[in-house]
Amino acid sequence: MKAFLAQTRTELMLSLRNGEQLLVSIAIPLLLLVFFSLVDVLPLPDGVDNGVDFLTPGILALAVMSSAMVSLGIGTGFERQYKVLKRLGSTPLGRPRWVSAKIAMVLCLLVIQSIVLVSAAFALGWNPAGSPALAPVAMLLGAAAFAGIGLLMAGTLRGTLTLALANGLYLALLLLGGMIIPFDTMPGPIGAFGKLLPSGALSRVLQATLRADAAPAGSAWIILAVWAVAAPCAAIRFFRWE
Amino acid sequence: MVSPADTPAIQVDDLVIRYGDHVAVAGLSFEARRGQITALLGPNGAGKTSTVETLEGYRSPTSGRVRVLGLDPGSQHSLLAPRIGVMLQSGGIYTGIRPLEILRLFASYYDNPVEPVELLDMVGLADRQRSTWRSLSGGEQQRLSLALALIGRPEVAFLDEPTAGIDPAGRQVIRRIVADLRDSGVAVLLTTHDLDEAEKLADRVVIIDHGTLLADATPAELMSAGQGDDIRFGATSGLDCVSLGEHIHASVTEEAPGEYRVAASATPATVAALTAWLAERNEPLADLRAGRQSLEDVFLRLTESADAAREQPTADSARRSSRGRRGRGTK
Repeated sequence: MKAFLAQTRTELMLSLRNGEQLLVSIAIPLLLLVFFSLVDVLPLPDGVDNGVDFLTPGILALAVMSSAMVSLGIGTGFERQYKVLKRLGSTPLGRPRWVSAKIAMVLCLLVIQSIVLVSAAFALGWNPAGSPALAPVAMLLGAAAFAGIGLLMAGTLRGTLTLALANGLYLALLLLGGMIIPFDTMPGPIGAFGKLLPSGALSRVLQATLRADAAPAGSAWIILAVWAVAAPCAAIRFFRWE
Repeated sequence: MVSPADTPAIQVDDLVIRYGDHVAVAGLSFEARRGQITALLGPNGAGKTSTVETLEGYRSPTSGRVRVLGLDPGSQHSLLAPRIGVMLQSGGIYTGIRPLEILRLFASYYDNPVEPVELLDMVGLADRQRSTWRSLSGGEQQRLSLALALIGRPEVAFLDEPTAGIDPAGRQVIRRIVADLRDSGVAVLLTTHDLDEAEKLADRVVIIDHGTLLADATPAELMSAGQGDDIRFGATSGLDCVSLGEHIHASVTEEAPGEYRVAASATPATVAALTAWLAERNEPLADLRAGRQSLEDVFLRLTESADAAREQPTADSARRSSRGRRGRGTK
Protein backbone atom coordinates (compact mmCIF):
# COMPACT_ATOMS: atom_id res chain seq x y z
CA MET A 1 0.00 0.00 0.00
CA LYS A 2 2.88 2.33 0.86
CA ALA A 3 4.45 1.66 -2.56
CA PHE A 4 1.12 2.09 -4.37
CA LEU A 5 0.43 5.46 -2.70
CA ALA A 6 3.97 6.70 -3.32
CA GLN A 7 3.80 5.59 -6.94
CA THR A 8 0.43 7.28 -7.48
CA ARG A 9 1.64 10.48 -5.84
CA THR A 10 4.74 10.50 -8.05
CA GLU A 11 2.79 9.82 -11.25
CA LEU A 12 0.35 12.62 -10.44
CA MET A 13 3.08 15.04 -9.43
CA LEU A 14 5.03 14.39 -12.64
CA SER A 15 2.00 14.94 -14.87
CA LEU A 16 0.96 18.12 -13.08
CA ARG A 17 4.56 19.37 -13.28
CA ASN A 18 4.59 18.82 -17.03
CA GLY A 19 3.45 22.00 -18.77
CA GLU A 20 2.33 20.39 -22.05
CA GLN A 21 0.23 17.84 -20.21
CA LEU A 22 -1.44 20.54 -18.11
CA LEU A 23 -2.15 22.49 -21.28
CA VAL A 24 -3.84 19.52 -22.95
CA SER A 25 -5.74 18.24 -19.94
CA ILE A 26 -6.91 21.48 -18.30
CA ALA A 27 -6.11 24.63 -20.26
CA ILE A 28 -7.43 23.62 -23.69
CA PRO A 29 -10.76 22.14 -22.49
CA LEU A 30 -11.30 25.16 -20.24
CA LEU A 31 -10.44 27.59 -23.03
CA LEU A 32 -12.80 25.86 -25.48
CA LEU A 33 -15.61 25.81 -22.90
CA VAL A 34 -15.28 29.46 -21.95
CA PHE A 35 -14.62 30.80 -25.45
CA PHE A 36 -17.43 29.01 -27.28
CA SER A 37 -19.89 29.60 -24.42
CA LEU A 38 -19.29 33.34 -24.62
CA VAL A 39 -18.70 33.72 -28.36
CA ASP A 40 -21.66 32.52 -30.32
CA VAL A 41 -20.01 31.08 -33.44
CA LEU A 42 -20.56 27.33 -33.19
CA PRO A 43 -23.71 25.70 -34.54
CA LEU A 44 -25.96 24.28 -31.79
CA PRO A 45 -28.24 21.24 -32.01
CA ASP A 46 -31.95 21.96 -32.47
CA GLY A 47 -33.73 23.03 -29.31
CA VAL A 48 -30.61 24.20 -27.44
CA ASP A 49 -30.68 27.88 -26.54
CA ASN A 50 -27.75 28.12 -24.21
CA GLY A 51 -24.39 27.11 -25.74
CA VAL A 52 -22.90 26.01 -22.42
CA ASP A 53 -25.62 23.35 -22.02
CA PHE A 54 -24.43 21.69 -25.22
CA LEU A 55 -20.71 22.35 -24.71
CA THR A 56 -20.27 21.10 -21.14
CA PRO A 57 -20.95 17.38 -21.82
CA GLY A 58 -18.69 17.48 -24.88
CA ILE A 59 -15.90 19.25 -22.99
CA LEU A 60 -16.13 16.69 -20.17
CA ALA A 61 -15.71 13.99 -22.82
CA LEU A 62 -12.70 15.90 -24.14
CA ALA A 63 -11.24 16.07 -20.64
CA VAL A 64 -11.50 12.28 -20.33
CA MET A 65 -9.77 11.85 -23.67
CA SER A 66 -6.98 14.27 -22.79
CA SER A 67 -6.01 12.70 -19.48
CA ALA A 68 -6.67 9.05 -20.25
CA MET A 69 -5.31 8.98 -23.80
CA VAL A 70 -2.97 11.93 -24.30
CA SER A 71 -1.39 12.43 -20.85
CA LEU A 72 -1.21 8.76 -20.01
CA GLY A 73 -0.08 7.70 -23.48
CA ILE A 74 2.64 10.30 -23.91
CA GLY A 75 3.89 9.97 -20.33
CA THR A 76 4.06 6.19 -20.51
CA GLY A 77 5.58 6.26 -24.01
CA PHE A 78 8.54 8.32 -22.82
CA GLU A 79 8.89 6.26 -19.64
CA ARG A 80 9.19 3.21 -21.83
CA GLN A 81 11.66 4.89 -24.20
CA TYR A 82 13.83 6.14 -21.33
CA LYS A 83 13.83 2.63 -19.77
CA VAL A 84 11.95 3.75 -16.66
CA LEU A 85 9.60 0.79 -17.07
CA LYS A 86 12.55 -1.54 -17.45
CA ARG A 87 14.17 -0.14 -14.30
CA LEU A 88 10.92 -0.47 -12.33
CA GLY A 89 10.74 -4.08 -13.52
CA SER A 90 13.68 -5.01 -11.30
CA THR A 91 12.17 -3.43 -8.17
CA PRO A 92 9.57 -5.04 -5.89
CA LEU A 93 6.91 -2.60 -7.21
CA GLY A 94 5.50 -5.16 -9.66
CA ARG A 95 3.29 -4.60 -12.69
CA PRO A 96 -0.10 -4.88 -10.93
CA ARG A 97 0.79 -2.05 -8.56
CA TRP A 98 2.29 0.00 -11.41
CA VAL A 99 -0.89 -0.38 -13.47
CA SER A 100 -3.05 0.42 -10.42
CA ALA A 101 -1.05 3.59 -9.81
CA LYS A 102 -1.49 4.66 -13.44
CA ILE A 103 -5.25 4.11 -13.14
CA ALA A 104 -5.34 6.04 -9.87
CA MET A 105 -3.39 8.88 -11.47
CA VAL A 106 -5.88 9.13 -14.34
CA LEU A 107 -8.80 9.06 -11.88
CA CYS A 108 -7.23 11.86 -9.81
CA LEU A 109 -6.67 13.91 -12.96
CA LEU A 110 -10.31 13.33 -13.95
CA VAL A 111 -11.52 14.57 -10.57
CA ILE A 112 -9.35 17.70 -10.81
CA GLN A 113 -10.50 18.36 -14.40
CA SER A 114 -14.16 17.78 -13.51
CA ILE A 115 -14.00 20.20 -10.58
CA VAL A 116 -12.40 22.92 -12.71
CA LEU A 117 -14.63 22.42 -15.77
CA VAL A 118 -17.93 21.91 -13.92
CA SER A 119 -17.25 25.00 -11.77
CA ALA A 120 -16.54 27.02 -14.90
CA ALA A 121 -19.67 25.64 -16.59
CA PHE A 122 -21.88 26.63 -13.63
CA ALA A 123 -20.30 30.07 -13.66
CA LEU A 124 -21.24 30.29 -17.35
CA GLY A 125 -24.86 29.44 -16.56
CA TRP A 126 -24.88 25.68 -17.19
CA ASN A 127 -28.16 24.02 -16.32
CA PRO A 128 -27.66 20.21 -16.25
CA ALA A 129 -30.68 17.99 -16.64
CA GLY A 130 -31.36 14.34 -17.40
CA SER A 131 -29.65 11.80 -15.15
CA PRO A 132 -26.29 13.31 -14.11
CA ALA A 133 -25.59 10.39 -11.77
CA LEU A 134 -24.82 8.28 -14.87
CA ALA A 135 -22.24 10.76 -16.14
CA PRO A 136 -19.39 9.47 -13.93
CA VAL A 137 -20.14 5.92 -15.12
CA ALA A 138 -19.88 7.07 -18.71
CA MET A 139 -16.66 8.95 -17.96
CA LEU A 140 -15.13 5.84 -16.38
CA LEU A 141 -16.01 3.73 -19.41
CA GLY A 142 -14.57 6.44 -21.63
CA ALA A 143 -11.42 6.58 -19.50
CA ALA A 144 -10.96 2.82 -19.91
CA ALA A 145 -11.36 3.10 -23.69
CA PHE A 146 -9.00 6.05 -24.08
CA ALA A 147 -6.43 4.64 -21.65
CA GLY A 148 -6.40 1.48 -23.75
CA ILE A 149 -5.70 3.50 -26.90
CA GLY A 150 -3.05 5.62 -25.15
CA LEU A 151 -1.24 2.60 -23.70
CA LEU A 152 -1.46 0.74 -27.00
CA MET A 153 0.48 3.60 -28.63
CA ALA A 154 2.85 3.96 -25.67
CA GLY A 155 3.62 0.25 -25.59
CA THR A 156 4.29 -0.20 -29.30
CA LEU A 157 5.71 3.08 -30.68
CA ARG A 158 8.66 5.31 -29.90
CA GLY A 159 8.02 8.12 -27.41
CA THR A 160 8.17 10.89 -30.01
CA LEU A 161 5.85 9.02 -32.37
CA THR A 162 3.38 8.43 -29.54
CA LEU A 163 3.56 12.16 -28.80
CA ALA A 164 2.76 13.09 -32.40
CA LEU A 165 0.09 10.46 -32.91
CA ALA A 166 -1.65 11.11 -29.58
CA ASN A 167 -1.89 14.82 -30.33
CA GLY A 168 -3.11 14.14 -33.90
CA LEU A 169 -5.71 11.68 -32.67
CA TYR A 170 -6.78 14.17 -30.01
CA LEU A 171 -7.60 16.74 -32.65
CA ALA A 172 -9.29 14.27 -35.03
CA LEU A 173 -11.35 12.64 -32.28
CA LEU A 174 -12.28 16.09 -30.95
CA LEU A 175 -13.53 17.32 -34.34
CA LEU A 176 -15.27 14.08 -35.39
CA GLY A 177 -16.55 13.14 -31.93
CA GLY A 178 -19.39 15.64 -31.64
CA MET A 179 -17.69 17.28 -28.68
CA ILE A 180 -17.95 20.88 -29.86
CA ILE A 181 -19.50 20.44 -33.31
CA PRO A 182 -22.92 18.71 -33.16
CA PHE A 183 -23.31 15.52 -35.21
CA ASP A 184 -26.44 16.82 -36.89
CA THR A 185 -24.50 19.66 -38.49
CA MET A 186 -21.94 17.26 -40.05
CA PRO A 187 -22.40 15.65 -43.49
CA GLY A 188 -24.26 12.32 -43.02
CA PRO A 189 -21.45 9.77 -43.56
CA ILE A 190 -18.96 11.78 -41.47
CA GLY A 191 -21.44 12.07 -38.61
CA ALA A 192 -22.23 8.34 -38.82
CA PHE A 193 -18.51 7.52 -38.72
CA GLY A 194 -17.96 9.94 -35.84
CA LYS A 195 -20.61 8.20 -33.78
CA LEU A 196 -18.62 4.93 -33.98
CA LEU A 197 -15.51 6.56 -32.51
CA PRO A 198 -14.92 6.39 -28.76
CA SER A 199 -15.06 10.17 -28.56
CA GLY A 200 -18.40 10.20 -30.43
CA ALA A 201 -19.87 7.50 -28.24
CA LEU A 202 -18.75 9.19 -25.03
CA SER A 203 -19.98 12.65 -26.02
CA ARG A 204 -23.39 11.25 -27.08
CA VAL A 205 -23.74 9.37 -23.80
CA LEU A 206 -22.76 12.46 -21.81
CA GLN A 207 -25.17 14.63 -23.82
CA ALA A 208 -27.95 12.15 -23.03
CA THR A 209 -27.18 12.06 -19.31
CA LEU A 210 -26.60 15.79 -18.82
CA ARG A 211 -29.06 17.45 -21.22
CA ALA A 212 -32.83 16.98 -20.99
CA ASP A 213 -33.67 17.18 -24.68
CA ALA A 214 -30.74 15.18 -26.05
CA ALA A 215 -31.33 12.14 -28.23
CA PRO A 216 -31.43 8.85 -26.32
CA ALA A 217 -28.07 7.11 -26.47
CA GLY A 218 -28.69 3.37 -26.15
CA SER A 219 -26.44 2.50 -29.10
CA ALA A 220 -23.77 4.93 -27.89
CA TRP A 221 -23.59 3.10 -24.52
CA ILE A 222 -22.98 -0.14 -26.40
CA ILE A 223 -20.30 1.36 -28.66
CA LEU A 224 -18.62 2.95 -25.64
CA ALA A 225 -18.66 -0.33 -23.72
CA VAL A 226 -17.13 -2.18 -26.68
CA TRP A 227 -14.29 0.37 -26.88
CA ALA A 228 -13.85 0.19 -23.09
CA VAL A 229 -13.23 -3.55 -23.33
CA ALA A 230 -11.50 -3.83 -26.70
CA ALA A 231 -8.92 -1.04 -26.34
CA PRO A 232 -7.48 -2.18 -22.99
CA CYS A 233 -7.43 -5.78 -24.26
CA ALA A 234 -5.44 -4.66 -27.31
CA ALA A 235 -3.07 -2.71 -25.06
CA ILE A 236 -2.51 -5.76 -22.84
CA ARG A 237 -1.96 -7.95 -25.89
CA PHE A 238 0.54 -5.70 -27.71
CA PHE A 239 2.27 -3.68 -24.98
CA ARG A 240 6.06 -4.13 -25.01
CA TRP A 241 7.86 -3.20 -21.79
CA GLU A 242 11.14 -2.36 -23.56
CA MET B 1 27.63 -28.12 6.57
CA VAL B 2 27.36 -25.26 4.19
CA SER B 3 26.81 -21.83 5.64
CA PRO B 4 24.82 -19.33 3.53
CA ALA B 5 27.98 -17.31 3.02
CA ASP B 6 29.52 -20.27 1.20
CA THR B 7 26.67 -20.64 -1.27
CA PRO B 8 27.48 -18.59 -4.34
CA ALA B 9 25.21 -15.54 -4.60
CA ILE B 10 25.15 -15.91 -8.37
CA GLN B 11 25.34 -19.21 -10.22
CA VAL B 12 25.40 -19.45 -14.00
CA ASP B 13 25.43 -23.02 -15.34
CA ASP B 14 25.87 -23.72 -19.02
CA LEU B 15 23.80 -20.70 -19.97
CA VAL B 16 22.70 -20.41 -23.60
CA ILE B 17 20.78 -17.41 -24.92
CA ARG B 18 19.67 -17.29 -28.54
CA TYR B 19 17.85 -14.53 -30.38
CA GLY B 20 16.53 -16.24 -33.50
CA ASP B 21 19.66 -17.51 -35.27
CA HIS B 22 22.02 -15.34 -33.28
CA VAL B 23 23.71 -16.99 -30.32
CA ALA B 24 24.44 -14.30 -27.72
CA VAL B 25 25.61 -16.63 -24.96
CA ALA B 26 26.94 -20.10 -25.76
CA GLY B 27 27.25 -22.31 -22.72
CA LEU B 28 28.59 -19.91 -20.12
CA SER B 29 29.27 -20.96 -16.52
CA PHE B 30 30.60 -18.92 -13.63
CA GLU B 31 29.81 -17.97 -10.04
CA ALA B 32 29.94 -14.83 -7.95
CA ARG B 33 30.21 -14.79 -4.17
CA ARG B 34 29.03 -12.59 -1.35
CA GLY B 35 31.54 -10.08 -0.08
CA GLN B 36 33.30 -10.06 -3.45
CA ILE B 37 33.30 -7.80 -6.47
CA THR B 38 33.10 -9.89 -9.61
CA ALA B 39 33.86 -8.04 -12.82
CA LEU B 40 32.27 -9.36 -16.00
CA LEU B 41 34.57 -8.22 -18.79
CA GLY B 42 34.25 -8.57 -22.51
CA PRO B 43 34.25 -6.63 -25.77
CA ASN B 44 31.02 -5.23 -27.19
CA GLY B 45 28.68 -8.03 -28.21
CA ALA B 46 30.44 -10.55 -25.94
CA GLY B 47 27.17 -11.48 -24.23
CA LYS B 48 27.62 -9.48 -21.02
CA THR B 49 24.30 -7.65 -21.16
CA SER B 50 22.33 -10.76 -22.14
CA THR B 51 23.88 -12.63 -19.23
CA VAL B 52 23.24 -9.89 -16.69
CA GLU B 53 19.69 -9.30 -17.91
CA THR B 54 18.96 -12.99 -17.47
CA LEU B 55 20.24 -12.77 -13.89
CA GLU B 56 18.07 -9.71 -13.31
CA GLY B 57 15.02 -11.60 -14.60
CA TYR B 58 14.54 -9.55 -17.78
CA ARG B 59 14.97 -12.50 -20.12
CA SER B 60 14.80 -16.27 -19.96
CA PRO B 61 17.64 -18.61 -20.82
CA THR B 62 17.25 -20.62 -24.02
CA SER B 63 18.87 -23.42 -22.04
CA GLY B 64 21.02 -23.82 -18.97
CA ARG B 65 20.30 -22.51 -15.52
CA VAL B 66 20.88 -19.33 -13.55
CA ARG B 67 20.31 -18.81 -9.83
CA VAL B 68 20.58 -15.63 -7.78
CA LEU B 69 20.56 -16.19 -4.01
CA GLY B 70 19.39 -19.69 -4.86
CA LEU B 71 16.29 -18.37 -6.64
CA ASP B 72 15.24 -18.50 -10.29
CA PRO B 73 15.19 -14.85 -11.44
CA GLY B 74 12.43 -15.59 -13.95
CA SER B 75 9.86 -17.61 -12.04
CA GLN B 76 10.75 -16.33 -8.54
CA HIS B 77 11.15 -12.68 -9.49
CA SER B 78 8.86 -11.35 -6.76
CA LEU B 79 10.89 -13.14 -4.07
CA LEU B 80 14.16 -11.97 -5.55
CA ALA B 81 13.36 -8.33 -6.41
CA PRO B 82 13.46 -7.08 -2.78
CA ARG B 83 16.94 -8.58 -2.36
CA ILE B 84 18.73 -7.26 -5.45
CA GLY B 85 19.79 -3.81 -6.64
CA VAL B 86 20.15 -2.92 -10.30
CA MET B 87 21.97 -0.06 -11.96
CA LEU B 88 21.26 0.22 -15.68
CA GLN B 89 23.93 1.61 -17.96
CA SER B 90 21.88 4.69 -18.79
CA GLY B 91 18.43 6.13 -18.26
CA GLY B 92 15.82 4.32 -16.24
CA ILE B 93 14.67 7.41 -14.33
CA TYR B 94 11.70 9.74 -14.86
CA THR B 95 13.25 12.72 -16.65
CA GLY B 96 11.26 15.33 -14.72
CA ILE B 97 11.89 13.98 -11.22
CA ARG B 98 14.25 15.38 -8.56
CA PRO B 99 16.87 13.23 -6.79
CA LEU B 100 15.20 13.10 -3.39
CA GLU B 101 11.78 12.44 -4.93
CA ILE B 102 12.94 9.38 -6.83
CA LEU B 103 14.90 8.12 -3.81
CA ARG B 104 11.79 8.45 -1.62
CA LEU B 105 9.70 6.71 -4.27
CA PHE B 106 12.12 3.79 -4.50
CA ALA B 107 12.40 3.67 -0.70
CA SER B 108 8.65 3.02 -0.58
CA TYR B 109 9.15 -0.22 -2.54
CA TYR B 110 11.32 -1.83 0.15
CA ASP B 111 10.68 -2.92 3.74
CA ASN B 112 13.85 -1.60 5.27
CA PRO B 113 15.30 1.04 2.95
CA VAL B 114 18.31 3.25 3.53
CA GLU B 115 17.28 6.76 4.59
CA PRO B 116 17.03 8.72 1.29
CA VAL B 117 18.67 11.89 2.62
CA GLU B 118 21.60 9.88 3.94
CA LEU B 119 22.02 8.11 0.61
CA LEU B 120 21.83 11.36 -1.33
CA ASP B 121 24.60 12.71 0.83
CA MET B 122 26.66 9.55 0.40
CA VAL B 123 26.67 9.87 -3.41
CA GLY B 124 27.48 13.56 -3.14
CA LEU B 125 24.22 14.95 -4.52
CA ALA B 126 22.94 16.72 -1.42
CA ASP B 127 23.42 20.09 -3.14
CA ARG B 128 21.51 19.04 -6.30
CA GLN B 129 18.13 18.48 -4.63
CA ARG B 130 16.40 21.13 -6.72
CA SER B 131 17.54 19.76 -10.08
CA THR B 132 15.50 17.39 -12.18
CA TRP B 133 17.08 14.23 -13.59
CA ARG B 134 17.39 15.69 -17.06
CA SER B 135 19.40 18.66 -15.80
CA LEU B 136 21.94 16.53 -13.89
CA SER B 137 25.33 15.90 -15.51
CA GLY B 138 26.19 12.41 -16.76
CA GLY B 139 28.25 11.71 -13.66
CA GLU B 140 25.52 12.93 -11.33
CA GLN B 141 22.98 10.74 -13.11
CA GLN B 142 25.28 7.73 -12.68
CA ARG B 143 25.68 8.45 -8.97
CA LEU B 144 21.91 8.78 -8.52
CA SER B 145 21.41 5.50 -10.40
CA LEU B 146 23.88 3.86 -8.06
CA ALA B 147 22.04 5.25 -5.04
CA LEU B 148 18.78 3.78 -6.38
CA ALA B 149 20.43 0.39 -6.74
CA LEU B 150 21.44 0.50 -3.08
CA ILE B 151 18.35 1.95 -1.43
CA GLY B 152 16.76 -1.42 -0.67
CA ARG B 153 19.91 -2.75 1.08
CA PRO B 154 20.47 -5.41 -1.61
CA GLU B 155 22.33 -8.66 -1.04
CA VAL B 156 23.33 -8.73 -4.70
CA ALA B 157 24.08 -5.59 -6.73
CA PHE B 158 24.23 -5.60 -10.54
CA LEU B 159 26.12 -2.56 -11.74
CA ASP B 160 26.33 -2.01 -15.49
CA GLU B 161 29.29 0.22 -16.44
CA PRO B 162 28.95 2.24 -13.22
CA THR B 163 31.75 4.69 -14.00
CA ALA B 164 31.28 5.07 -17.76
CA GLY B 165 31.62 8.69 -18.80
CA ILE B 166 32.33 9.98 -15.29
CA ASP B 167 34.99 12.47 -14.26
CA PRO B 168 37.84 11.16 -12.07
CA ALA B 169 36.41 12.60 -8.83
CA GLY B 170 33.01 11.00 -9.44
CA ARG B 171 34.74 7.75 -10.32
CA GLN B 172 36.52 7.78 -6.96
CA VAL B 173 33.20 8.27 -5.16
CA ILE B 174 31.64 5.34 -6.99
CA ARG B 175 34.65 3.07 -6.46
CA ARG B 176 34.66 3.83 -2.76
CA ILE B 177 30.94 3.05 -2.45
CA VAL B 178 31.32 -0.19 -4.39
CA ALA B 179 34.25 -1.25 -2.21
CA ASP B 180 32.21 -0.48 0.92
CA LEU B 181 29.37 -2.62 -0.43
CA ARG B 182 31.74 -5.53 -0.85
CA ASP B 183 33.07 -5.03 2.66
CA SER B 184 29.52 -5.16 4.03
CA GLY B 185 29.04 -8.59 2.46
CA VAL B 186 27.17 -7.71 -0.73
CA ALA B 187 27.87 -9.71 -3.87
CA VAL B 188 28.66 -7.13 -6.55
CA LEU B 189 28.53 -8.06 -10.23
CA LEU B 190 30.15 -5.29 -12.19
CA THR B 191 29.93 -5.16 -15.97
CA THR B 192 32.65 -3.03 -17.44
CA HIS B 193 34.82 -2.20 -20.43
CA ASP B 194 37.20 -0.40 -18.14
CA LEU B 195 40.05 -2.80 -17.51
CA ASP B 196 41.75 -0.43 -15.15
CA GLU B 197 38.61 -0.39 -13.04
CA ALA B 198 38.39 -4.17 -12.99
CA GLU B 199 42.07 -4.38 -12.05
CA LYS B 200 41.69 -1.93 -9.18
CA LEU B 201 38.32 -2.99 -7.86
CA ALA B 202 37.52 -6.60 -8.65
CA ASP B 203 38.24 -9.60 -6.48
CA ARG B 204 37.46 -11.85 -9.38
CA VAL B 205 37.44 -11.27 -13.12
CA VAL B 206 35.29 -13.22 -15.53
CA ILE B 207 36.31 -12.56 -19.14
CA ILE B 208 33.86 -13.58 -21.84
CA ASP B 209 33.75 -13.18 -25.60
CA HIS B 210 31.31 -14.47 -28.21
CA GLY B 211 29.20 -15.77 -25.35
CA THR B 212 31.83 -18.15 -23.96
CA LEU B 213 34.12 -18.03 -20.97
CA LEU B 214 37.75 -17.09 -21.66
CA ALA B 215 39.00 -16.70 -18.11
CA ASP B 216 37.76 -16.75 -14.54
CA ALA B 217 40.37 -15.85 -11.92
CA THR B 218 41.59 -13.13 -9.59
CA PRO B 219 43.24 -10.12 -11.26
CA ALA B 220 46.62 -11.11 -9.76
CA GLU B 221 46.37 -14.66 -11.12
CA LEU B 222 45.43 -13.39 -14.54
CA MET B 223 48.21 -10.87 -14.67
CA SER B 224 50.90 -13.29 -13.61
CA ALA B 225 49.63 -16.40 -15.38
CA GLY B 226 51.84 -17.83 -18.10
CA GLN B 227 54.28 -14.97 -17.92
CA GLY B 228 57.87 -14.82 -16.79
CA ASP B 229 59.18 -15.45 -20.25
CA ASP B 230 59.08 -11.95 -21.46
CA ILE B 231 59.99 -8.41 -20.64
CA ARG B 232 57.93 -5.47 -21.78
CA PHE B 233 59.23 -1.96 -21.94
CA GLY B 234 58.24 1.41 -23.27
CA ALA B 235 60.67 3.70 -25.10
CA THR B 236 60.89 5.91 -28.18
CA SER B 237 59.13 4.30 -31.11
CA GLY B 238 61.16 2.97 -34.03
CA LEU B 239 64.13 1.48 -32.13
CA ASP B 240 66.24 -0.99 -34.09
CA CYS B 241 64.79 -4.26 -32.77
CA VAL B 242 67.25 -6.43 -34.71
CA SER B 243 70.29 -4.71 -33.26
CA LEU B 244 68.83 -4.79 -29.76
CA GLY B 245 67.92 -8.45 -30.17
CA GLU B 246 71.50 -9.35 -31.16
CA HIS B 247 72.85 -7.42 -28.22
CA ILE B 248 70.71 -9.18 -25.63
CA HIS B 249 70.41 -12.55 -27.42
CA ALA B 250 66.63 -12.58 -27.58
CA SER B 251 63.98 -11.64 -30.08
CA VAL B 252 62.55 -8.15 -29.69
CA THR B 253 59.32 -6.92 -31.26
CA GLU B 254 57.65 -3.53 -31.24
CA GLU B 255 54.04 -4.55 -30.50
CA ALA B 256 52.65 -1.03 -30.64
CA PRO B 257 54.47 2.23 -31.31
CA GLY B 258 56.87 2.65 -28.39
CA GLU B 259 55.76 -0.64 -26.73
CA TYR B 260 58.33 -3.41 -26.96
CA ARG B 261 58.33 -7.07 -26.00
CA VAL B 262 61.49 -9.05 -25.37
CA ALA B 263 61.08 -12.83 -25.57
CA ALA B 264 63.35 -13.64 -22.70
CA SER B 265 62.95 -14.02 -18.98
CA ALA B 266 63.88 -11.06 -16.89
CA THR B 267 67.24 -12.20 -15.61
CA PRO B 268 69.48 -9.48 -14.19
CA ALA B 269 71.90 -10.04 -17.06
CA THR B 270 69.23 -9.53 -19.74
CA VAL B 271 67.85 -6.44 -18.07
CA ALA B 272 71.34 -5.04 -17.66
CA ALA B 273 72.10 -5.69 -21.34
CA LEU B 274 68.84 -4.04 -22.36
CA THR B 275 69.46 -0.91 -20.34
CA ALA B 276 73.11 -0.76 -21.48
CA TRP B 277 72.00 -0.86 -25.12
CA LEU B 278 69.55 1.96 -24.47
CA ALA B 279 72.17 3.94 -22.52
CA GLU B 280 74.62 3.75 -25.45
CA ARG B 281 72.01 5.40 -27.63
CA ASN B 282 70.84 7.79 -24.93
CA GLU B 283 67.28 6.43 -25.23
CA PRO B 284 65.13 7.08 -22.16
CA LEU B 285 63.18 4.14 -20.72
CA ALA B 286 59.50 4.95 -20.11
CA ASP B 287 58.65 1.81 -18.16
CA LEU B 288 59.80 -1.76 -17.70
CA ARG B 289 57.61 -4.71 -16.74
CA ALA B 290 58.66 -8.26 -16.24
CA GLY B 291 56.71 -11.35 -15.29
CA ARG B 292 53.55 -9.39 -14.84
CA GLN B 293 51.27 -7.92 -17.43
CA SER B 294 48.45 -5.47 -17.10
CA LEU B 295 44.91 -6.81 -17.20
CA GLU B 296 44.63 -5.08 -20.55
CA ASP B 297 47.44 -7.27 -21.95
CA VAL B 298 45.67 -10.38 -20.67
CA PHE B 299 42.33 -9.25 -21.98
CA LEU B 300 43.65 -8.46 -25.45
CA ARG B 301 45.63 -11.69 -25.64
CA LEU B 302 42.62 -13.80 -24.63
CA THR B 303 40.07 -12.09 -26.84
CA GLU B 304 42.46 -11.95 -29.81
CA SER B 305 43.40 -15.60 -29.52
CA ALA B 306 39.71 -16.49 -29.29
CA ASP B 307 39.10 -14.48 -32.46
CA ALA B 308 42.03 -16.14 -34.21
CA ALA B 309 40.72 -19.58 -33.29
CA ARG B 310 37.33 -18.56 -34.64
CA GLU B 311 38.87 -17.62 -37.98
CA GLN B 312 40.31 -21.14 -38.48
CA PRO B 313 37.24 -23.24 -37.99
CA THR B 314 38.81 -26.65 -38.66
CA ALA B 315 37.73 -29.29 -36.22
CA ASP B 316 41.27 -29.68 -34.97
CA SER B 317 41.95 -26.02 -34.26
CA ALA B 318 38.52 -25.57 -32.74
CA ARG B 319 39.21 -28.41 -30.39
CA ARG B 320 42.64 -27.05 -29.50
CA SER B 321 41.35 -23.59 -28.88
CA SER B 322 38.50 -24.80 -26.75
CA ARG B 323 40.94 -26.86 -24.72
CA GLY B 324 43.22 -23.88 -24.44
CA ARG B 325 40.42 -21.68 -23.27
CA ARG B 326 39.32 -24.13 -20.70
CA GLY B 327 42.91 -24.44 -19.53
CA ARG B 328 43.09 -20.73 -18.94
CA GLY B 329 39.63 -20.60 -17.51
CA THR B 330 40.04 -23.20 -14.81
CA LYS B 331 42.60 -22.92 -12.15
